[in-house]
Parts: sequence; C-alpha cells; structure tokens
Amino acid sequence: MTINRRRFLGRSAAAAAILAAPMVRAQGQGNPNVVVVGGGAGGATAARYLAKDSDGAINVTLIEPTRTYYTCFFSNLYLGGFKEMDQLGHSYGGLAATGVNVVHDWAVGVDRDAKTVTLAGGATLPYDKLILSPGIDFVDGAVEGWDLSAQNAMPHAYKAGSQTELLKAQLAAMPEGGVFGMVAPPNPFRCPPGPYERVSMVAHYLKANNPTAKIIVADPKEKFSKMALFQEGWADHYDGMIDWIGSDFGGDIVAVDPANMTMTIDGEETAVDVCNVIPAMKAGRIAELAGVTDGNWAPVNAADMSTKADPDVYVLGDASQQGDMPKSGFSANSQAKVCANAVRGALTGSRVFPAKFSNTCWSLIAADDGVKVGATYEATEEKIAKVDGFISETGETSDVRKATYEESEGWYAGITTDMLG
Amino acid sequence: MARAAWTILAALCLAGPPKPALAADIAAGQEVFALCSGCHMVGDDARHRIGPHLNGLFGRVVAGHDDFRYSKGFERARANGLEWHADTLDSFLANPRAIVSGSRMSFGGLDDAEDRVNLIAFLRTFSDNPADIPEADPTATAIDHDLDPAILALVGDPEYGEYLSGECTTCHQAEGGDDGIPSIVFWPEADFVVAMHAYKNKDRNHPVMQMIASRLGDEEIAALAAYFATAE
Repeated sequence: MTINRRRFLGRSAAAAAILAAPMVRAQGQGNPNVVVVGGGAGGATAARYLAKDSDGAINVTLIEPTRTYYTCFFSNLYLGGFKEMDQLGHSYGGLAATGVNVVHDWAVGVDRDAKTVTLAGGATLPYDKLILSPGIDFVDGAVEGWDLSAQNAMPHAYKAGSQTELLKAQLAAMPEGGVFGMVAPPNPFRCPPGPYERVSMVAHYLKANNPTAKIIVADPKEKFSKMALFQEGWADHYDGMIDWIGSDFGGDIVAVDPANMTMTIDGEETAVDVCNVIPAMKAGRIAELAGVTDGNWAPVNAADMSTKADPDVYVLGDASQQGDMPKSGFSANSQAKVCANAVRGALTGSRVFPAKFSNTCWSLIAADDGVKVGATYEATEEKIAKVDGFISETGETSDVRKATYEESEGWYAGITTDMLG
Repeated sequence: MARAAWTILAALCLAGPPKPALAADIAAGQEVFALCSGCHMVGDDARHRIGPHLNGLFGRVVAGHDDFRYSKGFERARANGLEWHADTLDSFLANPRAIVSGSRMSFGGLDDAEDRVNLIAFLRTFSDNPADIPEADPTATAIDHDLDPAILALVGDPEYGEYLSGECTTCHQAEGGDDGIPSIVFWPEADFVVAMHAYKNKDRNHPVMQMIASRLGDEEIAALAAYFATAE
C-alpha cells in the first residue's frame, strides 16, 4: 500500500478561506459537509442523491472543471453518425436546482489529516466525507511512441468532447481507401465493449462514405467483451473491412510514430491515415494525490465504496478497484447510490440499506443492430462479487436487435436524468 | 391529464385500512361489460357491430380499425395521437364526451371508479399477451397470475423502496418519462407486484428485468411497489 500524501503548504489557511468565500455558496451552518470530486456518472449521481435525499441536512459540493458534461457513453454513436455532439452534452443546472453547490474548478490536492480539498483556484474546502469519482487517466509510456503531446496527431477520444470531435474530423478527412488504425487498451479499462463498438461505428461511417477504406486494430488481449457478437456483426455488415490483431498474432507488440503516421505491429510497419490510440488506464490523478490508490487504482470496500486507505474517503466508478463490476457509467451510477445511502446514514443517522449493484452495457454494431450484456452484484467482505448475468445471443432476429437499440436510447435518457436531474 | 388519472387510481388503491391494494376483479368487470355488449364485442369471434370490437385495445391509437367508420370526434382524437391505455380508458369511461367530444357512443359514463377499474381489467384480458415486453400499461390489475395472496397482501416499506428504486431509475425515469423504456411510476401496487413476480418466475422474458427481479425478495418487491405507487 502506497501512502503518498501530498499537501499544499504554500498558502495560509486564512488566504484560502478568503478565496473560498465568494466561490462557495453559503449552505446550512453546522451541517456536515460532503465534497464530491468529478461530475460524471459516479460523482453527479452521488451528489444528486445526497442532496435530494438529505433534504438540506448535508452540504453537498461538487467539484467539476467542465461546464458541459459530454457523456462517454453514446460518444461512439456520434462517430457513427447516429448522434450529434450536442445531444451528448448536459449542463449541471439540474444538480444546482437540487441543492448541490456546483463549483467549476479542478481539485488539485487532498489533505486527509486536515480533511480538506484544495482547488486550483486557491480555495480550500473542508469535508466530513470525501467522494472521489475522477474517472480515468492514462498510464505514462503505455504505448511506445505516444504520449499526451501526441493526442492531436493520434487522438485517444476516450474522454468525450473535443477529442471525440477531433477523431470524427480525422475520420471524415481520410483519403479514399485509407487506413484507420486503432491501438486497443489492456485490461482493466473504461467501457470494455467501447473500443469494439467504436470499430463498428467507424466501419459504419466508412461503409457509407469511404467503402474501400480499411480498419486495423492492434489489441494486447486475446479476447474482448461481447467478442462473438461483434465478430458476427463485423462479418455480416463490414465483411473484409476490419483486421483485428489479438495478442496471439502480435497485437500486443505495438509502437506508433505520430510524426510519420505509422503504427508498427510485431515489427511490421503500416502507414495509417488516422490512428486512435487508447492507452492503458489508471485512476484519475486526484485519487493518487489523495493517497488512496494502490498501483493504478483505488481499492475500496464493497459495502459502501469507502477506500481501504481511509474510511472517510470514497472512490466511485472507473477509478475504483472494487472487484467484478466493469468500469462503466452504469456501474458508477449504481455504486454512487449505494455510497450515497451509506454516507447519508453515517452523517445524519438515516437508515442504511444493504448494498445492491447492477450493470448493463448496450453496444451498437450497425443501424438498429444493438446488443447488450449485464449482471447483478453483491457486496462481500472481499469485493463486489458477480451474482448473475446475461448476454445477447448470436443469431438473434433483427426485431430483437432493434428493440435492444431502442432500449439503449431509453437507458440513455434514464441514466442522464438519474445523474443530473 | 393522463397522469392525474393515474394518481386517482393510485390513491384509490391506498385508501382505507391496511388491505391488499385494490385488485381489480375481472369477473366483476365482465358484469360491467354487460352495459357495453349491446354495441361492442370482445373475444375470439368478436367483430364490429354498432361499435368496433374491443380486442387488442391496449397500447393502440384510438379509432385504429381501418374497417370501421368512426365518428368525426374519434377521427380527430386519432389525429391528435390519443392512445388507449389504462389511464386514458379510465378517463374516457368516466366521461366519454369529455375525452372524445362528438363521439357517437350513446353512453353517459361510469361514475364508480371501481367499476371502471374492473372493466378495464376485463378488457385488458383481450389485449396482447401480457408476457410481451416492453409494455407501457401495467398488465391490468392482478390478472393471469397465481401469486400467493399473502405476497399481494404484504405492506411495503416505501422508504426501503425509495432506496431500492435507485436500481430501477438508471433506466426507468423517476419522473415517469418514456423514451424507449416504459414508465413504472404510479402503477397500482398490485400491478407492480404481479409484474415483478412474473419476471422473477421467468413468465415474462426480458433478460434485464428477469435478472433484476431474481435478486429481489417478496418484501423488497412490495417496498418498490409502495414507493413507485406514490413517487413524485
């Protein structure tokens, strides 16, 4: 276990308090304070449920740098032309109306002894309970030849927004018969079916606009989520367009050259017109700064998502190391509600109910060809453990696949409402 | 207005001393249907008479038969997108001309809410197989099930239900919106309990719902039913 606490000693507490005053709206005096860092599926949900259910008895502050939240989920559908970017954007106004104090700033430090969070703008916020839901960052040096300075030449597009738009623009600008390259990430990573849904959506776009183009995927894994379903769909819809190279064929030995736009797989260099590099991932930086990570992720207790390192610091979603749940928006939303119930109980004495988790991931392979995988989970001493699950079957009728896609649209409306009000 | 109608139904189910939520009585509904059967038929041999037959009513647009001549009032209502669901049927049966002005149906309406609930439940048995999903209408109250009456009689804990509802609202909107996944708010409690046990027992075949329901005990299903029946 790494205990690597960073503290911000450069500013006096008084100076920080002055800075904090105008920024943070006054809430109930003497109420317990919960600070939530990160306004995605985990953090937004936790903040909303805490504010909604505590009815003013808890001061809830959400720290989120962006003013518009673009969902990672469904961003592949933007690449495929099924969604516009503005359909993926959501404001935090609903959370503010629920009573959450939404502060648009970066959390840059956590002092777990003083129980404060420091913001880039200079404020220091006290907390009784701290919920971190920072999503993912990339592991340095994960793909030879690539770092964040190369993300414009070779976008990751794995945090939705400008990167996604950039990748779409590059896709649209591909020369006739060009090559779209992808470097897929090793486990564990955000959204296990995500890279393969992306391949499907890129293929869908190319089939209509650039049908002689090719897609080449270098994958460090032997198999991937919903593999049989995707491969069936690729053969049905995009025959001959997609070349997926798994680790048994050298897909794990990959290097890229952003200056010359090449990718080299197992020693063989290929010129690419677009290269989507999705590197290995780790917990968002603030989890590491708070000293609650062990290796790349933050180990948590399954019953309430509190960290193994500190019972007053919780980690939700992608950044947590919880056991069997995939890193998905659905999972983060599910974990957030368990966490909010436990935190509220600890601070106000409200009833705490047993943890229950579930997840379902929908993926779109082609127009009206949706598939899904899901499972339920329970909290054990050791981890969040899978109880039961299901997956779409190969060879399903087009009616079933269309209904699955329509269901995913319903889920999108449901989860964004559940998160943001 | 449609939601207001549901609220009335939900309120009826909650009124009075602790007892099972008002379960519709299909046999009583059949007796009420005697008021309709002069003009309308239902069942295997049903055909249009003075009024259209009433099979397959639930979930379809009003005035939906191409081979029946509807009044101008009903054609207008169809153009406006009115659909037959339990809530719209309830409003229509309470005061037909308030819902479809200019209807030729010479029927003043059913004042008794219980009569309407029973009649709607009876009519529901002539609509599509309740196993079909997704369905926006609660499978009309307490039909086609062999649930232990003790399960239906359980009084749910709405506070526990509110917590458990978090697992539902990732997909089903708490405000009752329906963008591809049906609304589950304001259902009469008995409908909710029957539907969830049908998933739990795998009588309904949606994989997500079967999975979720399989994890819920009888008390938990009762708690969810109690919460969603009155959810804001």
